[in-house]
Parts: sequence; structure tokens; C-alpha cells
Amino acid sequence: MDNQTHSSLRRVAIVGRPNCGKSTLFNLFTGLSQKTANFPGVTVDKKVGTTSIRYKETEMDVQFVDLPGMYSLYPRSMDEEVAVRVLTDNDNPDRPDLTLIVADATNLRHCLFLTGQIIDLGSPCVLVLNMMDEADKAGAKINIPLLASRLGIPVVGISAKEERGIDELKQVLVAPLQLPAEIFVDTSKICPEAVEIVKKVNPRLRGWKALYQATRMYATNPEMQQELAKIGFSPAAAQTEESLLRQGTVGKIIAECTGKATQRPELTTKLDRILTHRVWGYVVFIAILFLIFQSIFILAEYPMTWIESGFLMLSNWCRGLMPEGILTDLFIDGILAGLSGVVVFVPQIALLFFFIAILEDSGYMARVSFIMDRVMRRFGLHGRSLIPLISGMACAVPAIMSTRTIGNWKERLITIFVTPLMSCSARLPVYTLLISFAIPEKTVLGFMSLQGIAFMGLYLLGFAFALLSAFALRLIVKSKERSWFMMELPVYRVPQWRNVLLTIIEKVRIFLFDAGKVIVIISIVLWVLSSYGPGRKFESIELDLDQIHASLAENEHSGNDSLLAQLETQRQLLESQKLESSYAGHLGKIIEPAIEPLGFDWKIGISLITSFAAREVFVGTMATIYSSGGDEENMQPIRERLKTERNIRTGELVYTPATGASLLMFYVFALQCMSTIAVVKRETHGWKWPLIQFFYMGALAWIMSFLVYNLMR
Amino acid sequence: MSSTLYNLTELRKGESAIIDSFTDSELSAKLLEMGCIPGEKVLLEKKAPTGDPIAINLSGYVLSLRLSEAKTVQIRKTNPL
Repeated sequence: MDNQTHSSLRRVAIVGRPNCGKSTLFNLFTGLSQKTANFPGVTVDKKVGTTSIRYKETEMDVQFVDLPGMYSLYPRSMDEEVAVRVLTDNDNPDRPDLTLIVADATNLRHCLFLTGQIIDLGSPCVLVLNMMDEADKAGAKINIPLLASRLGIPVVGISAKEERGIDELKQVLVAPLQLPAEIFVDTSKICPEAVEIVKKVNPRLRGWKALYQATRMYATNPEMQQELAKIGFSPAAAQTEESLLRQGTVGKIIAECTGKATQRPELTTKLDRILTHRVWGYVVFIAILFLIFQSIFILAEYPMTWIESGFLMLSNWCRGLMPEGILTDLFIDGILAGLSGVVVFVPQIALLFFFIAILEDSGYMARVSFIMDRVMRRFGLHGRSLIPLISGMACAVPAIMSTRTIGNWKERLITIFVTPLMSCSARLPVYTLLISFAIPEKTVLGFMSLQGIAFMGLYLLGFAFALLSAFALRLIVKSKERSWFMMELPVYRVPQWRNVLLTIIEKVRIFLFDAGKVIVIISIVLWVLSSYGPGRKFESIELDLDQIHASLAENEHSGNDSLLAQLETQRQLLESQKLESSYAGHLGKIIEPAIEPLGFDWKIGISLITSFAAREVFVGTMATIYSSGGDEENMQPIRERLKTERNIRTGELVYTPATGASLLMFYVFALQCMSTIAVVKRETHGWKWPLIQFFYMGALAWIMSFLVYNLMR
Repeated sequence: MSSTLYNLTELRKGESAIIDSFTDSELSAKLLEMGCIPGEKVLLEKKAPTGDPIAINLSGYVLSLRLSEAKTVQIRKTNPL
């Protein structure tokens, strides 16, 4: 027996059709040690996790890569393209040593197609039959040893849910690598001329791989396309012929190795009767959306309050502890304030992804696509566009990334274009703050708060404009590419809590690090801009302020209330003069003429500028603007301060309902998010679309604000 | 047995047939990959509320297709009662 302990790293790719339990298996092995990275050159998320696998005397470090789900090695979407490249390009840095093909044992018939293609790639691979528990219950009677000998590769039956068969799988994972013993289909009769041409370019390619490369090169290499076209090569015809051969072999193997075909579980059929019903289907869908938003608002409220008060306590504590000075101010008013603005979103994002993960994992999302496809298509979208649009209510960045499952470029582009119009969670705090100005705190029908209805109205407004914009874009964007829908309606399953939890952790992590970095930097820049200013004027105001502070401190315990009140008024006047002559104030003044028709002053102007980095900065900016220079006693909540804020020259209230409503419109429509712009640029390969999107949404925002302000004034 | 060919969109809910062939060379490879295999039984499981897309049952596995896609799948009816 071999007693040697191996410590070399083995790279294992996990592949399979969507819904086969691929991620469950990946999560089972990697758990919290997994990381999300990008595949080189493309922006598809790559989930990687390294762990030590031990079976008896053998121990090995295994790096698992979870590839996007796919149906075949002929890719039809960007996600699939990435997975295919990892498996088929010899010089791909992610190329695995071993490929783990995960198949749903209750649906083996349709998983063997991809399995056959991977076997014919001729690299070491293993077939893992997941959900064996369900297959056994359904009486599938899969003869695993026979299946292994017919396929010529190791086959392991497991249940990731019940953690059954994991030891056997570990054994295969650390065993010496072996090439497939057989080829799955003999394709030598399909287009031998094309195969000859490919072999001239790359003599190493043999058998099906050469034929496969003919199809791939036809699509990507214009020279080869010409050459192959000369001999009348048709990729579609070759692929059809090949697929027929493969399905023939699959049928034979299934007949030999399994008992009767498993029936679809009755529960799924019954659920579908309701969930895809012409009336109940939509009622349930809307009810689910309603439930999600209600719980996001209500449940997230508590942890958000804790986080906010926690940060307030922390900054007060730090102020007491640290010496007074610029660095302390920067740390507390800049960095801590910024951090608080980021962390406060975590509960909402976690909750939203909790629901989205459950809807996806249970199989319900596929039904949503099914009942909504026709409606969405009218607007130039795809049934699958709805998932990105709904995710857009959490954050446009992951939502836009999730459009990669839409194969058709036009439909995908339109989805990307309109997704930022969906009100994301970053707009939430802005809405909360502004609704309290624009909408009175009233109850209608005895139980619904008027402000709550306004909230929902803003979300619907964004959604309506997303659809309208999609409709307009459908007429503008030209495309010859065909749109197709074909999609499995999977069996309903109870979501795996481990998967749900890991999804939440992954999304929160991405948000904290990606968005967090930007927001903290902006907060610091902002603090600097509002704490310093050009010229003598700024300096003299600062000197005056110091004097006032000194006399305030002197007379604090004098009991002379009228003097104190007078000093306080002076202080406030100086504070706003200081802000006005700071760098930030100058910036706000520069854009004031453009935003005056909307009812905004230069202070809102500053917030708008900083919001262009990320909307959630608005609340933080308002807080920074109104807290810079202030001390703890004057830290009344910004909501109260804004309500009493008056124009120093005219004495009019600055934040009237009309201003509030106008600002709300601006935030519903404007594309004020650097991360979204960056992601759209990556996904559309250039600046053209993000720029069009930016100006389109900006114009929409300006017009809507203008209308609302002038109507309400 | 009648050899008249229909296409998938002509199937009524709950009716079944045998898949015969495809009329669109580009879609056929995709249909095959997704499990529409000539010679296999197909059952119209349900239609979306608007009648499009439809869902077909292929021995326990349910696939949804748009009418435009289903139109390219030719079928033979099994028992024209």
C-alpha cells in the first residue's frame, strides 16, 4: 500500500447543468474558505476554494473552482462561454487537473449529454450523481458500476444534502488521475473535410476535439471561417448531427443502466398549477414581492438603528479619547462617518439576497420567467430579465452582472440599460430622509401609512420607467441575433440553508469591500473639501468661529441664556458662511444655476455632486455638511436640522415639500453611481453605453424634477 | 398510424405525441441539447397564462419553450382518437 502523503495542489473544476446541486457540493467542500475572484480578462465571477482532502493515508490540497452552469460545450451565453474556455483551452490558466461533472440523479437522462462531451475532451473526469436519496425514493435504480464501465470514467453516487457518499467522492478526488477509458461517440463520419482543415492548423487535435474546434474556430476566427465555408461546412448542421449521435448513445446507456424513468414529483405539479396559474400565478408573485419589501423595511430597521447608534457611540468615545486636531476630525467626521454609511446597508442587502437566494434555489425564479416572458418581450426584454430587474432593487451592480445568463445580446443590453432605473437599496436612505419632508405622516384606510405608500410609489415609478425605456430602446437597437428562451422548469426543492447563507456572505463581502472603498474615500475627500477653503475669507471666518467657540465655552455656566442664544445664532451663521466659502461651497455655487430651476440650492448641489459617486453618500454629505465644526451637543438628527434650515438671505425655508419631491424625482432617475457605470462599461466593452445611459438618466431626472417642483410650488 | 406531421404548437394541454424532426437547422442543435429527441414522447404540460411560452414534459423532465421555438419541432400524434 502506498503510504506516501501527497501535498501537491490538485485543481478540480465543478461543472454541470443549472439546478443539479453543483453549488451545494462546492459549498460542502469549501464552506467559508471560498473566495470570489474574476476569471482573467472577463468579469464573470469565479468562485474558488482550497481545502485539504484526506482519504485514509492520502492527503491532498484540492482547489475547487465552481463553474457557471451549462447545458453543453457549445456555449450560448457569456457565462457558458467562460466555463467552456476553462475546460477546453489548453493554455487557460484555470484549466483543471480533474473535472467533476455533477449530475442530478433524478434527471440522469438529460445530464449525460454534457457528460459525454466532457468525456470526449479526453481529460481526467469523474461523474458525480447527486441527489441519490431522491432518485432511490423515486425508484430510479441506477446501476453505478455498470454506468462507470460504460462511460469509462469513475462514477460516484452521493447526496450532498444528506452528506452521503462523500467519503467515496474524497477517495476519487485524491486518487491518481486517469484518462477516460472510452470515447463517448465516434464522430469521424461528420464533416471529415473540416476536421482535416483543423488538423492542419493544430495537428495535436484528434477525434471529436478536432470537429469541436472546427465549430469554435468558425465562430471566432474569420480566416478559418472562410476556409471552412469553402468546403461548405455548416456548424449548425454538424452540431445537430453530433447531438443526434450523442443522444442516441445516451438513450442506450440509460436503457442499460437504469430502471424506469422517474416521475415528476406530484408536489411540483400541484405547486405549478397554482404558481403558473393565469390569475393566482401573478397574485402570488406580487404577494411575494410585497412580502420581501415589507420585511426589508421592517426587519432591517432594528439592526440599522443599532449600527447607527453604535457608530455614534464609537465616534463620541473616540472624540473623548483622542486629542483635538485635524487628524481626529478627519478620523471621526470623515472616515467613521463614511464607514457608518456603508455598514448601515448590510442588513438590507443581506435580507434581499436571502430572499433572492431562496427564490432561485427553490426553483421559483424559473416560473417567474415562464409567466412573465411574454410581457417582458413586449418591452424588448426577456423572461430572464426580470431576475436582474428585481435584483436591481438591492443593487444594480450584481444585477447587471447577472444579465450574463441572457444569451441574446440585444435583450441583454436593454436589460443592462434599464436596470439602474430600478430603485436600489442605496436610494433607500435618501428616500427615507426626503419622504419625511415631502409627504405628511398620515394614515390612510386605518392601517397604511401614507409615507409607506409613497415609498412603494417611487419603486413602481422606477419600474414603469425601466419598462418604458426598454420599449423605446427596443425600437432603436438593431440586432440580427435570434432570441431564444428554452429553459428547464426544475423540480421544486427546499433551499439548502448552507447555500443561502454562503450567498449572503459572499454578496455582503463584495458590497463592503467594493462599494465601501469608494464611499470611504469620497467621505474623506468631502470632509477635506468642506473643511478647507481658498483665500483670506475662509481663514477669517475660521478665526471668528474660534472666538465664538471660546466665548461659548466661557459663558457656558454663566446662566446668561440670552447671551448664549445670541452666540449660538452667530455660530450657526458663521458655520454656514464657512461652508459657503469652502471648496465644496464653491463647487456647489458653480452648479447652482443648473439646478436652481429644480428648487435646489448650493448645499443640495454639493450633495448632488458627491452623490455622483454613490447615492447613499447624499445622507452622509448632508450629515457632514451640517456637522462639520459642530460639537456633540449640537448633533441633533439631521432630519430636524434640515426642517429648520432657512435661506440666510431670504429667510425662506429651504426644504419645502416641493424641494423634497423634486429631489426625490432626481434620485429616482439619475444614474449617480460610479460602480454601476464601471460595471456597465465592463459588461458592454466600452464607454458608449455607460455614457448614453448616464446622460439619458440625467436628462430624465432633470425634466421630472423640474415638472414636479413647478407643479407643487 | 397516421403519418401526418404537426408542430408542437398544435398540441393541446395534456395531449402527447412523438417528436419527429426539426425544421430549423440553427435551433435544432439547441433543442437536441435540451432534450428534445426525435422518437421520444412529448406531453404538453401547460401553457403560460398568455399562451406563450409553453412547457413540455419529456419523460418527467419539463422544458419551457416560446411558441416561435416550439413551431420548429415537428411531431407525430400517437393516438388520434
